[in-house]
Amino acid sequence: MQKESSPEPLLEVRGLTAGFDAGPVLFGIDLDVAHAELVALVGANGAGKSTLLGVLSGLVRASAGSITLAGEDVTNARPEVLVRKGIAHVPQGRRLFGTMSVEKNLLLGAYLRRDGEVRDDMARVLDHFPALKDKLSREAGTLSGGEQQMVAIGRGLMARPKVLMIDELSLGLAPKIVDHLIDVVREINRDGTALILVEQDVLVALDAANRAYVLENGRVVLSGPAAEVRDDPGVRKAYLGL
Amino acid sequence: MAAVDGVSFEVARGEIVGIIGPNGAGKTTLLNCISGMHRLDGGDIRWQGASIAGMPPHRVARLGIGRTFQIVRPFGSMTVLENAAVGALFGSADARRGPKEAFALADDVLGMVGLKSKANHPVSSLTIPDRKRLEVARAVATRPHLLLLDEVMAGLNNVEIDEALEMVRTVHATGVTVLLIEHVMRVIIGVCRRAIVLDGGHVLAQGEPDVVLRDERVIQAYLGERYAKRIKP
Repeated sequence: MQKESSPEPLLEVRGLTAGFDAGPVLFGIDLDVAHAELVALVGANGAGKSTLLGVLSGLVRASAGSITLAGEDVTNARPEVLVRKGIAHVPQGRRLFGTMSVEKNLLLGAYLRRDGEVRDDMARVLDHFPALKDKLSREAGTLSGGEQQMVAIGRGLMARPKVLMIDELSLGLAPKIVDHLIDVVREINRDGTALILVEQDVLVALDAANRAYVLENGRVVLSGPAAEVRDDPGVRKAYLGL
Repeated sequence: MAAVDGVSFEVARGEIVGIIGPNGAGKTTLLNCISGMHRLDGGDIRWQGASIAGMPPHRVARLGIGRTFQIVRPFGSMTVLENAAVGALFGSADARRGPKEAFALADDVLGMVGLKSKANHPVSSLTIPDRKRLEVARAVATRPHLLLLDEVMAGLNNVEIDEALEMVRTVHATGVTVLLIEHVMRVIIGVCRRAIVLDGGHVLAQGEPDVVLRDERVIQAYLGERYAKRIKP
């Protein structure tokens, strides 16, 4: 994993506007992710969080603005190019290949890699998720929801990303599993991978993150250190229900 | 291998009961058994005094047991109202009259779940919380006496959950008994009078939520220490 720290942010999003046939969903988004930072993306359903992840992984086209990764312009690069350059996406609902083995699902994350260290990374993923060790030959679809999320995150890690984006880590998972997965996410982050966490359990996300962005109707309405965002009266009322 | 093994419980008329438990504990399988999607290998399920074990899903629905599914699958080419009307057309004996009545009932139900203003929208335009509302509307439009809800609040934030809880209270107030699966304790504490904890296909605990959620076995198997400290039953 990268150890050098650089003055410029790892990921820099400027004035990003994007959407679908029906019209824009994102309007002039500015967002930074520094090396080894854990950033939470918070907002109501429909605010544009998943669309933003879609643009960052090349699945949705930007109509204006720019995305810079490690100093290089990657705006509207193709998904496979973005994976190769270091952006991995763990999609909402895991999207595993259910009838394929856990091992094959994990290896798919490394599909574009031609280096000789894929097996080392597989060992690293299994260090993060020891529960998967004796399930490598099982069909992914037969695993519990929590284990499937482990495979989905592991598949993302197998691309050896600079930025790992996780959409709805906690979706449909038991509280204890969510806490465990958050611990692993922090571990991955400590090892040097930057993370973007989209999460409906806002408290969980803000507790884990260094910084947070709040999206409303496709715009960033608040950003700052996660602790400050958590204590913001508007956030407490609109998202935490306190 | 049995996903649900020797489970016994009762739901009284007018209750809202929550089912919680680890992933893979058998919660959805249990709902599948009740709604006729999954055959029993043993035991019995009695509804208003008579056995419904082994009955196909459409007959269970006609007897007044409605359900939602974790993965919502609305008819994509139809409007919100048309989707809800499908429930009315193929639902319980109380619901099934003619198409005209079905649409009138569907319209009422959309009001109940807060989707009336979107009745003529295509379902593709709905946000996730609204899709969940429509999933509930389709089940409520079958005019069930018992409504089985499978994680209809997953993926919602706390404020969206509070709105969805209002919807459950509204449906419940029309005389519908509710049995729901959720991982969000805000829901269990917010509307359930009783919670049943499944673990490994067995009932680990059941009772009032504030007692069950403090049960050391439930914390060990399901909540985890950290989460248990965060919730305030």
